[in-house]
Amino acid sequence: MTAVTAPAPTLFNVAPENWKLAILVGLVVAVAAVSTLPAAVSFWIVGAMVAMVALSFVVNAFRRKYYGGLLVAPAIAVLFVMNIFPLLWSLGLSFFAYQSNQQSIRFVGLYNYQKVLTNELAAEANWHALTNTAMFVVFTVAAQMITGFLLAMLFAKQFPLRKYLLIMVLTPMMLSVVAAGVFFSYYYDPTFGILSHVIGGITGEQFILMDNKVGAVAGIVFADAWMWSPFVMLLVLAGLVSVPKYLYEAAAIDRVSMWRRFWTITFPYIRGLLMLALLFRTIEAFKLADLVYILTRGGNDTLTISYHLIRIANEQNKTSEGAAISYLMLFMVIVLTNLYLYLANRRNQGA
Amino acid sequence: MAENISILERLGFRKASGVGEAGWGHTLFAAVVAFIYFLPVLFIIFMAIKPQTLALSVPPTISPTTLFGLIPDEYVFSPTFENFGSVFSRVMTPGGAPENTGFDLYFFNSILIASVSVLLALVIGTLAAFGFSRYPLKGNDTYLFIILTTRMLPAIVVIIPVILMFRVVHLSGSYLGIILLYTAFNLAFTIWMMKSFFDELSLDVEDAARIDGSSGFRVFFKICLPQVIAGLAATFVFGLILTWNEFLFALLLSGPDTRTVPVAMNQAVSSGGRGTDWTLLAAIETLFLIPVFLVTFFLQNHLLRGVTFGTVKR
Repeated sequence: MTAVTAPAPTLFNVAPENWKLAILVGLVVAVAAVSTLPAAVSFWIVGAMVAMVALSFVVNAFRRKYYGGLLVAPAIAVLFVMNIFPLLWSLGLSFFAYQSNQQSIRFVGLYNYQKVLTNELAAEANWHALTNTAMFVVFTVAAQMITGFLLAMLFAKQFPLRKYLLIMVLTPMMLSVVAAGVFFSYYYDPTFGILSHVIGGITGEQFILMDNKVGAVAGIVFADAWMWSPFVMLLVLAGLVSVPKYLYEAAAIDRVSMWRRFWTITFPYIRGLLMLALLFRTIEAFKLADLVYILTRGGNDTLTISYHLIRIANEQNKTSEGAAISYLMLFMVIVLTNLYLYLANRRNQGA
Repeated sequence: MAENISILERLGFRKASGVGEAGWGHTLFAAVVAFIYFLPVLFIIFMAIKPQTLALSVPPTISPTTLFGLIPDEYVFSPTFENFGSVFSRVMTPGGAPENTGFDLYFFNSILIASVSVLLALVIGTLAAFGFSRYPLKGNDTYLFIILTTRMLPAIVVIIPVILMFRVVHLSGSYLGIILLYTAFNLAFTIWMMKSFFDELSLDVEDAARIDGSSGFRVFFKICLPQVIAGLAATFVFGLILTWNEFLFALLLSGPDTRTVPVAMNQAVSSGGRGTDWTLLAAIETLFLIPVFLVTFFLQNHLLRGVTFGTVKR
């Protein structure tokens, strides 16, 4: 894009923009500090070295009018410190035997991965949690997409009081999961709950929703779909609103059937947004844990992989084993996400 | 007469005319659907104004009024506002005097932490999105995908190293630590969303401005930014909703002085082994809903326009 205006500095040319030299000096000082000084002090020295390298990058980018790098730098810095560094750390941990309540740590290579994939007890529990998760992903995402889509169709037209009815539908999304989950457990309660009161009034028997797998799954899926359908609705609605009205007017003059009008006019406008909603909701559905925790505590065979992971990593303190599971999970999500993005791009180019 | 019309119009009552406008039948249907959808929230709000003794009554009380005799008396409770008072101050030990529960601090914490981190993410993320959009780096898409990846792992995996790291640098339990973490938590979403807004802008005006000698700085502030205000509002609302209700990070990283409402709510309802205090939980949640509800309501128009503008390729 931008022309390089200054020659790249060579390694031993002392200049503020010479990031290669900065990295070299930073590495030497950091290694020296870590090996001789106590952890709390050396941490800050390493931090200062990282800041120095970052500064040299910035000066370099500025001197060479490399604005892209300059603009992106703060975001990358924050993401690196708070996300990518911890992610790399936990990736590293997955190759060690480490428990967060113990001091000892030892390198075991791929043992953790081997254990979570093939060990009789661990692997079976993991596979089971994974199939449960897959089931939840399919059901919750499908329920959210369908409900959200229908709601969006309902709200796409301009009608009286629309603004006020729309905010009513958006409210579930704003509840905190803790409160929503706890209140759904109240609605489902066999003795005090509204649901059992209504159904029990009709059938004459006490209605217990959460005492078998089907009921428990239905209960969780319903609560999750209720909370997050508005998100899908908002994205789809945005697409529907953006369809130019003259297209519909032309279709009305040509007496195009409703079905055809939807597929040829409306659908192309919302396809990208449907994909985006699908992408974000699938990623989130894989992480479903808090609702399961509040509604069933994993009982009735509703344990998801994320909740299983919290148990392993936080309650049983098997940090490195948890890290191994989560990286296998990340791999699956990445494959799925790329599949989505690939399909979305292919459709876009084909259209 | 003229005034009458303007008030009605502000409420959305317009003459149904042209394509895409529907009349009262549609409104009625939408109202029924919206009401059913809203019911669980309505019950939470009703629970917040119930007397504590009726919280777990059989049959459940569902309405503060008889609605002109429509609802039988056994389903009706008489509303009270005591629960909202006991959110902030109530008797903690049997027979003792009312004590401050600290929820004023927790509400302040939630507002401070959520607003600062979302705004910070918005500033940093918008700059980065502009960079990714206008000055693509080598391997641009790969960077963007890596940024998205940071949101794919369950929070528990990221949090363990962060806890260790914060302990070493004495950031655990401080505002700075949790704000920085939430900023990073919001960045991925902000960058993806804002980049798609910038991608949609027409380049003609920008190119013209550049040729006339405007600096990149001026182009960004005077030309691009005013065009994506709706997008900024939409991103702000989404980020706010996510951060406002975030639970796991806050649970593991906030100290007694920086505790946010969801964490305190979790402790308040399950402490002491008396089971859940339903009316108190409902009162907390109702109060906690108000700020984010108001923000969403006032930015609603931007929200729709913003999402449209940013993500539809046309």
